[in-house]
Amino acid sequence: MRPFTYERAASPAAAARAAAAHQGARFIAGGTNLLDLMKLQIETPAHLIDVNPLGLDQVEETAQGGLRIGALVRNTDLAAHKRVRRDYPVLSRALLAGASAQLRNKATTAGNLLQRTRCPYFYDTSKPCNKRRPGSGCAAIKGFNRNLAILGTSEACIATHPSDMAVAMRLLDAVVETVAPDGSARAIPIANFHRLPGDTPHIETALVPGELITAVTLPRPLGGTQIYRKVRDRASYAFALVSVAAIFGKDGGARFAFGGLAPRPWRIDAADAVARNGPDAVADIALAGATTTPLNGFKTDLTRRTLAALYAEREARK
Amino acid sequence: MKFDRPATANPIDRGRVVGIPHDRIDGPAKVTGSAPYAYERHDVAPNAAYGWMVGSAIAKGSIRSIDTRDAEAAAGVLAVITHKNAGPLGKGRMNTAHLLGGPRIEHYDQALAVVVAETLEQARDAARLVRIDYAREDGRFDLKAEKNKAVPPKSDPDTGAGDFATAFPKAAVRIDQTYTTPDHSHAMMEPHATTAAWTGGKLTVWTANQMIAWAVRELALTFRMKAEDIHVMSPYIGGGFGAKLFLRADAVLAALGAHAVGRPVKVALARPQIPNNTTHRPATIQRIRIGASKDGVIDAIGHEVWSGDLPGGGPEVAAQQTRLLYRGVNRMTAHRLATLDLPEGNAMRAPGEAVGLLALEVAMDELAEACGVDPVELRIRNDVQYDPEKGPERPFSSRKFVECLRQGADRFGWSRRKAVPGQVRDGRWLVGMGMASAFRNNLVQTSGARVSVDGQGRVVVETDMTDIGTGSYTVIAQTAAEMLGVPLSDVTVRLGDSHYPESAGSGGQWGANSATAGVYAACAALRGKLAQQAGFNAEDAVFEGRAIRSAGRTIPLKDAAGRRGTSAEDKIEFGDLTERYAQGTFGAHFCEVGVDMFTGETRVRRMGGAFAAGRILNPKSARNQVIGAMAMGVGAALMEELTVDTRFGYFVNHDMAEYHVPVHADIPEQDVLFIEELDDKSSPMKAKGVGELGICGAGAAVANAIYNACGVRIRDYPLTLDKIIGGMAEKRA
Repeated sequence: MRPFTYERAASPAAAARAAAAHQGARFIAGGTNLLDLMKLQIETPAHLIDVNPLGLDQVEETAQGGLRIGALVRNTDLAAHKRVRRDYPVLSRALLAGASAQLRNKATTAGNLLQRTRCPYFYDTSKPCNKRRPGSGCAAIKGFNRNLAILGTSEACIATHPSDMAVAMRLLDAVVETVAPDGSARAIPIANFHRLPGDTPHIETALVPGELITAVTLPRPLGGTQIYRKVRDRASYAFALVSVAAIFGKDGGARFAFGGLAPRPWRIDAADAVARNGPDAVADIALAGATTTPLNGFKTDLTRRTLAALYAEREARK
Repeated sequence: MKFDRPATANPIDRGRVVGIPHDRIDGPAKVTGSAPYAYERHDVAPNAAYGWMVGSAIAKGSIRSIDTRDAEAAAGVLAVITHKNAGPLGKGRMNTAHLLGGPRIEHYDQALAVVVAETLEQARDAARLVRIDYAREDGRFDLKAEKNKAVPPKSDPDTGAGDFATAFPKAAVRIDQTYTTPDHSHAMMEPHATTAAWTGGKLTVWTANQMIAWAVRELALTFRMKAEDIHVMSPYIGGGFGAKLFLRADAVLAALGAHAVGRPVKVALARPQIPNNTTHRPATIQRIRIGASKDGVIDAIGHEVWSGDLPGGGPEVAAQQTRLLYRGVNRMTAHRLATLDLPEGNAMRAPGEAVGLLALEVAMDELAEACGVDPVELRIRNDVQYDPEKGPERPFSSRKFVECLRQGADRFGWSRRKAVPGQVRDGRWLVGMGMASAFRNNLVQTSGARVSVDGQGRVVVETDMTDIGTGSYTVIAQTAAEMLGVPLSDVTVRLGDSHYPESAGSGGQWGANSATAGVYAACAALRGKLAQQAGFNAEDAVFEGRAIRSAGRTIPLKDAAGRRGTSAEDKIEFGDLTERYAQGTFGAHFCEVGVDMFTGETRVRRMGGAFAAGRILNPKSARNQVIGAMAMGVGAALMEELTVDTRFGYFVNHDMAEYHVPVHADIPEQDVLFIEELDDKSSPMKAKGVGELGICGAGAAVANAIYNACGVRIRDYPLTLDKIIGGMAEKRA
């Protein structure tokens, strides 16, 4: 860990200003990802801005009948929140599928969105990685990539976004609220929040330097049968090989978002549109353009199978 | 005490303390955090500086230049030690590669430097500033590619009997399959860690090591010192599984660092350094051929194993159990060793059998199906009461294998299993049952102890035996209490110190039986002294109720010991009973799994096993060993795999996020039955090893249950869902 300076933020706008003023600054909230990365010198911030004093830890109803989730609401609290459990059960289940109880107690809503990939080469500073060291190359594309992405990848990067929560947020059309260093606020639909790697895989989100997430809002509840299914190599405490968040409506329609497949939560409107035609129709569209390797090619079949499992579960719950 | 004749009746047979499921006596110290571990010896080595290992970023080659100036100039740094300033170092006999590399580099993450600083953070930060210019060479990292160049290892010659080559092709039913197992990491809880200090020319090492006397010898060789100038202490160890059998880089680097800075230095390997810096269980390719009659009686059995290691290393002896487990007149086993430039392969819990049975017991399941014989019945039909390579003149010392199979099957409800796969569904789960035999050699080792009774009648046992979480403290205390007729609470056990008599140490599941036998020997000597001091004939004296009784006279133990106490030291030495008798531990594993019909995920629903391992010294700690080993078997079956990146020659998933071991949610109810057995040829304790038996066959039972659940047979471990859904798709096609 490199030496760094540290301050406690007084307000969201002040935090954003401070971040813009310090070269190489990072916000720190739960620290469940950042501290690990700092110990390995994958992240070497010169300055840390602790946003924990900012409050931002409430879940409130919005005028539209949705929820506004403070950036610092802990994953445990969000998963257990009465309104979330009742009206957005897919979010609650996705949160509980992630990490461990100890990590969820610390991890925050905003931090969860911003967690970084678990690609083993990203984690190994002696190996090339375009995300960690732009232009150094990608060791994963021809390496051990069994759990890396098959959709939305580029020749520079095939990393996945590891979050479960973000997959449910994507399904629910969440909106990310931010404040910029100049004090201006904006709302970013989650569909536009995470970027695909292209040739700049080190730029992972739509946030500008210094911009701070203050809340995530959810629109009105959708009702329906909500399912989060995470498929992994052990029963708990493993990243998804494939995960699917789904809401089946009473009208026979459905919507799906996928984790473990892409550098961001994956959702294709055209796939949702054919939900009535069954899991294979959805998979055909959702998986279109998949680029697989000999090691991660199973993810296409696994996605189809997981979709089929969800349809079967929906039937069983009828 | 020489143990060269079968044991007769002795005080252990009373079973008042030995054989009772006592809680472990070191438990309170551990759960209150007062048990001192190697990296936390503030009590004895205050002011320790911190060392951080710099590992090689290449797998093979040499150091062209190494520049430590920036690291030395960094804040808080006290010293940077490399091959250039470490002075001449020897190599321990049991290490294949050097623990400090350079200029030659033998494997990835081989230690090339240690940075010593005032704080851990400073040392870790400065370690990044050590600049190494490498001359990289091509290496051999792919066992499959090197298989045909593998040679017979000198240490493990081929074995056989009859004429396998002629008999196998003639057999009515033949199984001929190849199975593969990947490299495994021990993944024990406590990393390799050492605090070292020098006083004059003498070295003191507080470390995590399973074998104290080996550690002393290897340190003496490494630093070219006299063994008596080295003091090694390892009273508490947070798991080993074989990872801590040998001297490792943490101890050498801490000692080098402490010498350089003139104060104590401690070094712990960071978790991501462990898989590539230390040892691992090597991957295997195993071909098994079994020829049997139509009703499953084996006539020919052959097991060939290929594994790889660094030059000078050894093979994974995965055919070991095939020499002893089943009948068959015509037999062969062979190991072949390839040269690989991966990190050093070495022992991990039940070396040989743990992976050998992953193959053999699936082959037996395939034979059962081919013959239409129930898998339990098949094994009963192939039981043999003598070493089948040597013949009836070498019987087993005790072998309650069939009892394990029968009682284990009854208890588990095996009769409810459907012989045809894919018949049982529970919602989305395809449910199946599988079983496998358990077998592990019973090894014994010379083991010494010193036992004293003080003027208050308190008993103290001292031996360099270690407790790696296994319960050594407790079974040793039980042994002394039984022998001297005192309650367990009167006994203090001191372990893991090279100033104490040399013991068997912890490895190869020999620890509990051998070490308690050593304590038995010392207690027997002490009983002789005490009886004599009390004026008794030692043969007639009865030790019970904190007193010695003979011929109607009773003398309190403390009085017999005298005001200044009485002490005796002895060791158990084993004669040729292991030659005259085949000695093994036996069992049967049963498992029920669910396989998700959509995703191919496997979840173990129930596990049960019956085990015969001689006298069970403490059923609670023995059960603890067995269920932990069964969990490790689940790991080997379903998820554990060090993945080799052959471009860089290293294990790429080298941390606990990516190297999966089972979590609590993966392990269901586990039922353990110990079959009553006393083995009078194993030791005066009539016990045998049990610490490794539980992993032997456990994973194969899982694999066989998967096949029974979904009809997919995978012979390439681990049985991850991608392979299972691939098999499901093939079946449908």
